[in-house]
Amino acid sequence: MVPLSWYLTLGAILFAIGVAAFLVKRNIITIFMSIELMLNAVNLTFVAFANHWHQVSGQVFVFFVMVVAAAEAAVGLAIIIAVFRTRETLNVDQVNLLKL
Amino acid sequence: MSLTTYIIFAIIKLAIVLFVLLTAVAYIVLLERKVVARMQNRWGPNRVGPFGLLQPLADGAKFIFKEDIIPDSVYKPLYIAAPMIALILALTSISLIPFGENWKIAGYHVPLEITAFWNGNSIQDINIGLLIILGITSIGVYGVALSGWSSNSKYSLLGSLRASAQLMSYELSLGLSLVGVLLISGSLSLRQIVDSQGGSIVNWNFFGRLQFIAFFIYIMAAYAETNRIPFDLPEAETELVAGYHTEYSSMKFAMFFMAEYCNMVTVACLATILFFGGWHSPFEALHIAAPALWIAISPVFWFVVKVFFFIFLYIWIRGTLPRFRYDQLMAFGWKFLLPLSIANIIVTSLVLALRS
Amino acid sequence: MLHQVLFIIFGVVCVAGALNLLLQRHPINSALSLIVVMGALALLFLLLGAEFVAAVQVIVYAGAVMVLFVFVIMLLNAGVEEHTRGSRVAIFLGIPGLIAFFIFMCWAIGSNGSALGQARIGSFYVPTQELGIALFREFLLPFEVTSVLILIAIMGAVVLARRER
Repeated sequence: MVPLSWYLTLGAILFAIGVAAFLVKRNIITIFMSIELMLNAVNLTFVAFANHWHQVSGQVFVFFVMVVAAAEAAVGLAIIIAVFRTRETLNVDQVNLLKL
Repeated sequence: MSLTTYIIFAIIKLAIVLFVLLTAVAYIVLLERKVVARMQNRWGPNRVGPFGLLQPLADGAKFIFKEDIIPDSVYKPLYIAAPMIALILALTSISLIPFGENWKIAGYHVPLEITAFWNGNSIQDINIGLLIILGITSIGVYGVALSGWSSNSKYSLLGSLRASAQLMSYELSLGLSLVGVLLISGSLSLRQIVDSQGGSIVNWNFFGRLQFIAFFIYIMAAYAETNRIPFDLPEAETELVAGYHTEYSSMKFAMFFMAEYCNMVTVACLATILFFGGWHSPFEALHIAAPALWIAISPVFWFVVKVFFFIFLYIWIRGTLPRFRYDQLMAFGWKFLLPLSIANIIVTSLVLALRS
Repeated sequence: MLHQVLFIIFGVVCVAGALNLLLQRHPINSALSLIVVMGALALLFLLLGAEFVAAVQVIVYAGAVMVLFVFVIMLLNAGVEEHTRGSRVAIFLGIPGLIAFFIFMCWAIGSNGSALGQARIGSFYVPTQELGIALFREFLLPFEVTSVLILIAIMGAVVLARRER
């Protein structure tokens, strides 16, 4: 018997760690992974509320969030590969000019 | 059944199944060498023990006594963990496979499956057993990808990239070919899929329910998933030195080897469960009277016979066919198997909708 | 009792994995910690009665999306992260903002804690069939739109990662 607020707090902690990693890390790929962590925290909150209000639509929405996250990961990583080909670096601080 | 009795029975079943599985894996290696040898008109190993039956012991001793070389420039945590991941995942998927109905031992009903228990009047299985096996297959890509990258060698990296791309491409056709079976049996639980094929040989998903195309797609995709001929380009000795296990020696290489053969056993078990009626005897419709001991043993007997047939099919194809080139392999997976499996889903659902 | 023990174990694994993602310097270690987080989250979904979502989390997220990340790290040979100066705005505005947001979230959850009640194992269990029925009846239009979205993502990824001729 676990209070639902524990699940929501866990989701909030994961989201906060995701935002902190987004702000602090300097590698593009790690920043992308912190976005995935934030999306996972939101998924946990959705499933917790679906359990609380006994509705299936919470879990269906988790489905859609996963699909969107997968599509975004594919396109984002393709962009990272394209950026790496021209700039030869994965450090976000060195990709600060529109033209080389 | 209370939690503690379930855990005790699960541990006992786990120990027995693991022992049988690891012995079977060792002897499948010997079986493969003998069968391929006889197909090539030679004897195969027959010196160690009668008919070479103690050869797996000699192989095991060789692997244990070999020097375990770890090159200097590898990334050690992943180098040591990758074969363990591969072997652990290969052994985990056996825990979901049902071998038969339940046995009554000392007043308790014990289902012949590690992850099932008796809830008073029926066997309670895992509701999403098939999805968990697909999930284990998906995570198995990491064993291959991480081993090649951590070896810090260009042959290993290229071999592991090729192998991972092959694994992920054929996972799609594997999953989609099983959707036809799911539509017919209406459940993801392996035990209910087998129960829906009971009665007679006509009810099996391969014969009466017309899933033979799905079966062939499944077999081809599974051969690619387990890296066997004709799809074993990533680990052939004549290509890329030895692919992703170039830099591994002795026990770690043996772990990859065992993981591959355990995956073969899992694929054979799944093929019997999903398409060939699991533990049902082909002569079930004849209702031949049998002593109680035979009725208890017969599901396990028929299951083992069918699994043995599929493993023999694996070895038979290995001795017969040449291997695909990499671009042929990828084209086959994406341009032939995937549209065919989608067409199978469409035709199966049309037939089911028209029938009801 | 068992529910609390399981939740605490998997919750600690999640938070430890997330902290590991933040603190590690090599991106491959961050990727592996994120895979561990996703696995623990799948187990938490099972505790909340979402079995199909848990399986899909393992198959799609941990088994395909993260493999993509690991591929890119392998191909681009990403090394240990260099310690360059970060953006000042991000550090001086972002971190206090984050802390304020987190405190607000905890206050909002805590003040409504009694109204949210308890989550029992088995109180809400969604069999896969119900999820499929909901997905294909009420949510049919978003389902079709996501398939178009995936098609666009495939085309975009192929075009963007292509080598210039």
